[in-house]
Amino acid sequence: MVNTQTIQFPADTLELVHKIIKRYPEGKQKSALLPILHLAQAEWRWCSPEVMDYVAGLLNIKPVEVYEVATFYTMFHLEPVGEHVIEYCRTGPCCLMGGVDVYDHLKKKLGIETGETTPDGKFTVKEVECLAACGWGPVFQIREKYYMNLTNEKVDEIIEELSK
Amino acid sequence: MKILTEHINVPGIETIDVFRKHGGYSAVEKALKKMTPDEVTEEVKKSGLRGRGGAGFPVGMKWSFLAKPEGVPRYLVCNADESEPGTFKDHYLMWKSPHTLIEGMIVSSYALGANTSYIYVRGELMYVVNILEKAIQECYDKGLLGKNILGSGYDLDLFVQPGGGAYICGEETALLESLEGKRGNPRNKPPFPAVKGLWQSPTVVNNVESIAATSWIVNNGGEEYAKIGIGRSTGTKLISASGHLRKPGVYEIPLGITVEDFIYADEWCGGIREGHKLKAVVAGGSSVPILPAELILKTANGENRLMTYESLSDGGFATGTMLGSGGFVVMDETTCIVHNTLTFGQFYHHESCGQCSPCREGTGWMDKVLHRIEHGKGREEDIDLLVDVAKKIEGNTICPLGDAAAWPVAAAIRHFRDEFEWHIRHPEKATQKGAVFMREGASWTK
Ligand SMILES: Cc1cc2nc3c(=O)[nH]c(=O)nc-3n(C[C@H](O)[C@H](O)[C@H](O)COP(=O)(O)O)c2cc1C
Ligand code: SF4
Repeated sequence: MVNTQTIQFPADTLELVHKIIKRYPEGKQKSALLPILHLAQAEWRWCSPEVMDYVAGLLNIKPVEVYEVATFYTMFHLEPVGEHVIEYCRTGPCCLMGGVDVYDHLKKKLGIETGETTPDGKFTVKEVECLAACGWGPVFQIREKYYMNLTNEKVDEIIEELSK
Repeated sequence: MKILTEHINVPGIETIDVFRKHGGYSAVEKALKKMTPDEVTEEVKKSGLRGRGGAGFPVGMKWSFLAKPEGVPRYLVCNADESEPGTFKDHYLMWKSPHTLIEGMIVSSYALGANTSYIYVRGELMYVVNILEKAIQECYDKGLLGKNILGSGYDLDLFVQPGGGAYICGEETALLESLEGKRGNPRNKPPFPAVKGLWQSPTVVNNVESIAATSWIVNNGGEEYAKIGIGRSTGTKLISASGHLRKPGVYEIPLGITVEDFIYADEWCGGIREGHKLKAVVAGGSSVPILPAELILKTANGENRLMTYESLSDGGFATGTMLGSGGFVVMDETTCIVHNTLTFGQFYHHESCGQCSPCREGTGWMDKVLHRIEHGKGREEDIDLLVDVAKKIEGNTICPLGDAAAWPVAAAIRHFRDEFEWHIRHPEKATQKGAVFMREGASWTK
């Protein structure tokens, strides 16, 4: 048995969860799964088995229904991540704009490779596919924010700002 | 001629008051108070508007296929999953002017008789989800959404649904699965969504840009819309321009301008970046065949290539391509076609949902073989192997992602075979940083 008792959304998030469930017809509350997984990840940084079990309970669905979804979609972190997850676009158009060099600079600056987290737990770097910002490449995303037209200098500024 | 973006740079256009000051929501007034749902559909049919998500299927015709059994709800779902590499127009439109989409959603939902509609936005664009939700709340506050809209007796609830990061959810049946809270596995068709869609109810799925265009059609009439463009390519199209251009960005063009104008005219992309030359273009998002400079500017018959569905596909796959989603990726002579093809190969391998073996295995093989060619470990027979794998995927899968993965590889080899050969025969040169094959006598190497 997994202990899910310590995992609980704060009251205002719970209220939001119930509002989201009402967007769908009676009995179709499973549709709320992706929005709620996003809320869960914002709350606990990653989707641990305990978190997924808690979400299953909220939606009255089987835990496996949550696992199979969380593992399908790339945005959900299935392992612990750092405070800031930097997700950079590795696809063609960003590469045309010098993406590879900028991302190399980023990784060198943080001293980690793709998929790793800095020892202080501050940053994780991940490689993702096209972020729909090709005309403003190279691009990376940290949480909801897009950082566009990146250069080595801009990367330095962003990291310094977030390291404070 | 701007239909979707005329006011996009007006400060505050994301708020309902400014949007209304510039004529916003007049189409809702007109449709709900003065037209029947069928009359709206009729105007959209007359407009010749074709789906802007990639396939170009006539929107009015799609709407007329919607089943309307008594007592069963119908749904309109907007496809804002936008994940095709090279495409970022829907992102731009929703970010800058969310009400442009919402107005189209109200008008289109009315035409279809839907009382609940959803906008499915790719999860990475959570900030756009927030922008849309704020704009939707404004509409509820002003009586443009909810019960008895503007006293017309028509009710509509509109919700935004975030995805979770999966290109395949742009395929309409995968999108519906995802909206039901499941993995994004495309469904076998038939039944089509028009008969059994969201929760097994009749559903229309349309792209952001398609839906946004319906407001103008309601205001000005389908015939006016059809006057813009050439032949069966009516109206305007948002083109996402990226790569080695002076002015990359999103442009709303009247369909029918020449490709040459679009690339070089100051009104549009302003030419290739300083000191460089055009080598190749992927004209409609990563799935469509890449064309070298001479074939994107002129058809094989020597006619000017136009920005229309018909002209871009002139010559079939031998010498043509497709308008697709309008993701226009421009490459100059510094671009290594092998590397670019590899990034697309990785993309499709990563994004295959894995249901069909030709797609699941085939995208994996292509990725692996491209990877070894790019990294100096290619073999002479690898080029034909890639062509063979691409052929075996094509047409043998549940959804078109298989084709979408096969075409770019096949086209890159068709038009740039010498570049692949050079990689295989001269690995020590090809693997040097920034190394690019220069074709003798090509317009971009002169
Ligand atoms: C793999 C794949 C990805 C797709 N991605 C999108 C997308 O991101 N946005 C979109 O509007 N259509 C996308 N489509 C097309 C949709 O299946 C569908 O045709 C479209 O949403 C219909 O809207 P339209 O007729 O207004 O274009 C995709 C299709 C496939 C096969
Ligand atoms: S073609 Fe590929 S993406 Fe489409 S259903 Fe088959 S395996 Fe999935």
